[in-house]
Amino acid sequence: MGLELKNLYDDFRDADTIKAYAKIIVTDAQKLTHPINIMEVCGGHTHTIMKYGVLQLLPSNIHFVHGPGCPVCIMPKERIDHAYVLSMQESVILVTLGDMIKVPGSSGSLQDARSKGADVRFVYSPLDCLKIAQENPDKTVIFFAIGFETTTPMTAALLDTVIRQDVKNILLHVNHVTVPEPMRALISDKACIIDAFLGPSHVSVISGSKIYEEFPRDWGKPVVVSGFEPVDVMQSISMIVKQFIENRCELEVEYKRAVTREGNLKAQALNDKYFQKVDFRWRGLGDIPQSGMGLRPEYDRYNAEKIYDSILPKEEINDHKLCICGDILKGKASPPQCSIFGTACKPTSPVGSCMVSSEGACSAYYKYGNLV
Amino acid sequence: MNKTITLAQGNGGEENNELIKKVFYKAFKNEILERSEDAAVIGNLAMSTDSFTVSPLFFAGADIGKLAVCGTCNDLAMMGAQPKYLTCSVIIEEGFEVESLERIVESMRQELLINGAVVVSGDTKVVPKGSVDKIFINTTGLGEIVQAGISSNNVSEEDVILINRDIGCHGATIFAAREGMEMSSALRSDCNSLYPQVKALMDAGIKITAMRDATRGGVAAVLNEWARQSNVCIEVDEDKIPISDEVKGICEMLGFEATALANEGTFVLAIHKDSAVKALGILKGFEVCAMASVVGEVTQKYPQKVILKSPWGTSRFLETPNGELLPRIC
Repeated sequence: MGLELKNLYDDFRDADTIKAYAKIIVTDAQKLTHPINIMEVCGGHTHTIMKYGVLQLLPSNIHFVHGPGCPVCIMPKERIDHAYVLSMQESVILVTLGDMIKVPGSSGSLQDARSKGADVRFVYSPLDCLKIAQENPDKTVIFFAIGFETTTPMTAALLDTVIRQDVKNILLHVNHVTVPEPMRALISDKACIIDAFLGPSHVSVISGSKIYEEFPRDWGKPVVVSGFEPVDVMQSISMIVKQFIENRCELEVEYKRAVTREGNLKAQALNDKYFQKVDFRWRGLGDIPQSGMGLRPEYDRYNAEKIYDSILPKEEINDHKLCICGDILKGKASPPQCSIFGTACKPTSPVGSCMVSSEGACSAYYKYGNLV
Repeated sequence: MNKTITLAQGNGGEENNELIKKVFYKAFKNEILERSEDAAVIGNLAMSTDSFTVSPLFFAGADIGKLAVCGTCNDLAMMGAQPKYLTCSVIIEEGFEVESLERIVESMRQELLINGAVVVSGDTKVVPKGSVDKIFINTTGLGEIVQAGISSNNVSEEDVILINRDIGCHGATIFAAREGMEMSSALRSDCNSLYPQVKALMDAGIKITAMRDATRGGVAAVLNEWARQSNVCIEVDEDKIPISDEVKGICEMLGFEATALANEGTFVLAIHKDSAVKALGILKGFEVCAMASVVGEVTQKYPQKVILKSPWGTSRFLETPNGELLPRIC
């Protein structure tokens, strides 16, 4: 019998295994000398933790801090406005990934733009832009690229194909970001309470586990690179707890089925060919140096940000004063402590970054969390 | 609410409800409408209307014609009514192939036979290219109520919740077709007339508290509507919700929840605890209902909320789906 799709997740949601890990964690946690705060960096983990009720299985001395790893949540409003403005141009088809369509900018979301006549489409793979461009030779297709290390190679592959096939009507608006820089920015803050990290595994499939080596070594924070199923997350929490009770501080990989130290070298080479490190302003966290991946200057002719420079808004837009997303991302507050959580700020009308996408901490709490 | 209409307002979920409440209920307000049932009950008649705009028009398991008859007849069946008379209005885009139209109408004819209903009035409009997407069909149906008193406002702690078959097949089929996913699987839409199943339950003397077909918004929307309308808490065991491997797979690949996916031949049933075993036995007599299951109970734990309980002892709220149905991205 061949491998079926369900083999990829069924065992990793097995009730007995999850319960067994819960038991180990509860027993081990009694030996902890102080409570520990674990940050799951990635929004995918936040989603898993809330959806599967992981917090309900943990003892009272293990806390989670929900990190900034949701590419939609961290997009500053002025960049959402870029997408909106571009989509409203004559003869432009704006293409992006799913969740981006709902996020409100200062004049509305992309779905509002669409209801006003803009041609906005979402795709699963950036390479789908090629077909759209081919079917619409008189239009300019702008791919609004978002995401961490996981999705960057797909954008690079799109540009690679555009250049090789000499496609004339595809441009990119690039908003790619990387994981280690915001982690460093968070723990550099003296008020930060994070003791250990759950590292996003899909990022490491591309970049390798090596990108986290500095955190145990230079910052004294253990990292476990974890998969996204509930068994993965429970096992990773158990690994972190064991590091504390055994006085270890290491980088460990739970998601061994796909992560190596070096990662996907081919994808990394493709990234390096087309992108370079740039500064990026994170919604909720502010400017983080060298935390973005921008197009190299030699590809300016594919860069929608350069080509449409004269019409794109430049002014930085901050979130509402009452929004405490910045504190939530640093672990200083949890979503229900926010005065507008669930009232003025809801998934259907998000005020701050963490409510924007289903991967954001506030959104996950709103959707799943009232029982915790 | 926005100044312009967005796709999210047609999702069968929160934004859709808001639009209906703020625009239509406000203007048309009356007692029958406000009961907010699948079909209006007028004396011993049930009446319902529905418009159909699916893309692609032909998909695994059905087409827009079958859908147009099932959709309206099922709404009648959900009120314990036998579908009797339908109207059929079509808006056709200039250039549409007559052969396709004939295929669609033939599907409608076959499905009418299954329901024992006839089309007694109709209308045809043809509009210039680009004014509609190929063909839109509206059907309105009248049915004769066989078992009275079925209502989404009456669900109580005496009831249990059943689902007649595996969920999400229609939504998963349509999404897979739109994404051009070629799959060597048995996945097909659940589009089906529900009156035969409902009739079998009623013929066996089972007293039904509430029924609702889980169309747009899926099972999650139905359960939430009941919790709110009947002011109860519905507690569902996640692992008892029947989901096929194919639908689970599509949800994994595309980032959806099966409970939010649309169905066209799947219904949720609230019946008295004592009738549960008997009802389950009757449903399982239908080939498509092999996975029928008692999925939950009704309590007062969190009134107006739906709780999903995991097999490892955790629980969470199951919310009404909101927004346009979009995939998670990473």
